[in-house]
Amino acid sequence: MSNQTTRKQIILGAHFPGVNNTTVWRNPASGSQIDFASFRHFAQTAERGKLDFLFLAEGLRLREQRGLIHDLDVVGRPDTFAVLAALSSVTTQLGLAGTINATFNEPYEVARQFATLDQLSGGRAAWNVVTSSDAFTGENFRRGGFLPHAQRYTRAREHVQTARELWDSWRSDAIVADKEAGQFLADGTAGAFAHDGEHFKISGRFNVPRSPQGHPVVFQAGDSSDGREFAAQSADAIFTRHGTLEEGVAFTRDVKARARRYGRDPDDLKVLPGVGFILGDTDQEAAEIAREVRFEQVSPQTAILLLEQVWNRDLSSYDPDGPLPAEDPDVESISIIQGRARQVDGILETARRYRRIAEEKNLSIRELIVEVTGRGLFVGSARTVADELDRFVLAGASDGFILVPHIVPFGLDGFVDQVVPLLQERGALREDYVPGATLRENLALPPAAPAAHWAARVRDNAEEVAS
Amino acid sequence: MSTNPPTLSRPSENIGLSVALDGAGWHPAAWREPAARPADLFSTAYWADLAAEAERGLLDFVTIEDSLGLQSDHFGGPPDSRTDQVRGRLDAALIAAALGPVTSSIGLVPTVTTTHTEPFHVSKSLATLDFVSHGRAGWRVQVSSKAHEAEHFGRRQIPAIGRNWESDDASRRVVRELFDEAADVIEAVRRLWDSWEDDAEIRDIATGRFIDRGKLHYIDFEGPAFSVKGPSITPRPPQGQPVVTALAHAQIPYELAARGADLVFVTPQTVDEVPGIIEQVRSAEASVARTGTPLLINADLLVVLDHTEQAARDRRHRLDDLAGSALQSDAAIIATTPERLAGLLIEWADAGLDGFRLRPAALPTDLVAITRGVVPHLQRAGAFRSGYSTTSLREHLGLPVAVNRYAAIA
Repeated sequence: MSNQTTRKQIILGAHFPGVNNTTVWRNPASGSQIDFASFRHFAQTAERGKLDFLFLAEGLRLREQRGLIHDLDVVGRPDTFAVLAALSSVTTQLGLAGTINATFNEPYEVARQFATLDQLSGGRAAWNVVTSSDAFTGENFRRGGFLPHAQRYTRAREHVQTARELWDSWRSDAIVADKEAGQFLADGTAGAFAHDGEHFKISGRFNVPRSPQGHPVVFQAGDSSDGREFAAQSADAIFTRHGTLEEGVAFTRDVKARARRYGRDPDDLKVLPGVGFILGDTDQEAAEIAREVRFEQVSPQTAILLLEQVWNRDLSSYDPDGPLPAEDPDVESISIIQGRARQVDGILETARRYRRIAEEKNLSIRELIVEVTGRGLFVGSARTVADELDRFVLAGASDGFILVPHIVPFGLDGFVDQVVPLLQERGALREDYVPGATLRENLALPPAAPAAHWAARVRDNAEEVAS
Repeated sequence: MSTNPPTLSRPSENIGLSVALDGAGWHPAAWREPAARPADLFSTAYWADLAAEAERGLLDFVTIEDSLGLQSDHFGGPPDSRTDQVRGRLDAALIAAALGPVTSSIGLVPTVTTTHTEPFHVSKSLATLDFVSHGRAGWRVQVSSKAHEAEHFGRRQIPAIGRNWESDDASRRVVRELFDEAADVIEAVRRLWDSWEDDAEIRDIATGRFIDRGKLHYIDFEGPAFSVKGPSITPRPPQGQPVVTALAHAQIPYELAARGADLVFVTPQTVDEVPGIIEQVRSAEASVARTGTPLLINADLLVVLDHTEQAARDRRHRLDDLAGSALQSDAAIIATTPERLAGLLIEWADAGLDGFRLRPAALPTDLVAITRGVVPHLQRAGAFRSGYSTTSLREHLGLPVAVNRYAAIA
């Protein structure tokens, strides 16, 4: 074992899949997406596997397509903070990561909630910062409206920076609690803050004492250039999607280089792609299961709907088992789908790519959608999947993975029972947690740097770029 | 079920009883008591122990205090710079959620403000509390009227409101606006809770539909301060409508409770004041044309309990001495024995109250005196349950099943 202790450890998170077609609800093994028992089982399974964290996504308006609430895939989910707080009571070491939107929340409130979660969990909270510029979602919120696209990340960056200032407003030794001396606080200014920026002009006294991690771990999701830059400046980890090993290596090299430009140790920015996995007794059996699962995830109706999102047209009269529409996507009309980010690249380009693939492989609409919409997927026997995960990490394609099972709440069980022991055997995954370790410690991240350091890094980099 | 007239099914011999948890207790010097755990105030273990004790006492619910600002001695003003009292607190909604899985029967009622928060977030947070507690969620609605709290958000300014705001026209107008907004928040939140019908999730394999979208509803709430489109992202919670509560001492707050709450906490100083306050609450109900179940009316009492009257008074004075000033509160302060408090509760209940929210002066001392002293005395008098026979908070309180306003009537 001793020769294995220095080898690179794989970071593993587990995503409880929410509202999309990942979850195969038609499968008889599929349970409730809402009942707390589902979250409890999922979290306790992740903790049994010594995983680093559980991750919940968020949505703030039910998706619509062609003006109708989407009804084919899982719809509806509970509140992120409330679930994570409840899970903090039924787990002891597992990190608790939640997506919270920086557009439709205010820094004071988010900082309070994450500081509270970090206190309640003994240092296990993580914030996945996402942004929105979406007027459709804004219809559910006081601020309403939307942000110009260019301001999404400037607001998000300032939001995170402001939250860090609030977290710093209490010193870790601010509470004395000396009954005899009658002194509760070390000084009478605990929590004092003032932030005067472009998006937030706020001041006062923050009212949650400094939490065990100081700053909860900050994640950023998104592959765009703005997203990468934001992560390099402001985050401890970046969530991405995984294509091939080569793409992973290129992505990881890029974001770590960006982090270095901000004066950060590249190791302090973790790259974590979300990946699916399919296990079988043999590689061949797993491949067969994978094919079945993919076609369950993409029902005939779902195939048409997903194609509509690219074509931006009503394709309900098309046969999912037939060929792609002859006509081109509609680039003029407003988006047919609301509540979900549109394709990053242009839809015409995407459509051309779809046509090329369909032609080359002679695919129907449904077969094509199955082909092009899968996330990174590790398929095989437990041994094969363990080997592959390790190979990606050792090659520098990522620092670990966020596992996305296709069944809740039991979809993680097979991984924990079969793959985790193999990873432990080769020294790629911890045998057990260090009792009382924080998420930051489990992820091998440095102690929280003060907000002022983060701000200075950004400033220095800007000067460097300008000079 | 919906055709029955709304009635309270709580047995008349059952006095409503809950406790209000706040930091180390409601006395500013409570944290210096021998049994106090001031270093643990920000841990789950502390709150879990208190909730377990309250549940051992078979109480209806615990409330958890909160505010968006730091505790202060200055009424309505900015935080003070005192270092001799508890300062800082955790988000109450998250504490309540953390208590969900480690309690089994007691209602969990966090304080959540309406002024700077997003109704959409508030709605799903409390709905999820109801899911993680299997139907035991409530909400203590709170208006955040302080100018300095508005500065934490930087989105609006709130003029300073004096202690005697009722007799000052300008202050009264500000208060009226904040409470109107709170009523709108409650309405939007309640609509969001109903925005999914209970059987909206169908998982229909034949048609490939996970939900029946005809059973989801836009709430289209429009008010002067905000609008919310809906539907919620969270399905209808187990209780349908978690229990909404509000503390009120004056006409405008009484009207807020009458418009949106299920239960109101009031603050009579003596039993003689009880009938008058009940009349004010009922009159507020009439003036806002409340329909459905009348408000449950619970009195708040701040209690210092000990084995003799003298010991209780001594303890109060000892705490006052430590604090450097006499305890003050909006609620009546009662220093007595558990037995006499039990008698007093029965007497006040006979004056027309549905129940009481006791504010323990010091935690856990006064909480334990309630659960192991007051409760047994009430039980012996036939005035309190001997075990939980109901499972949801609405049932504990005898509130009727919450009918979904959007569901088609069959």
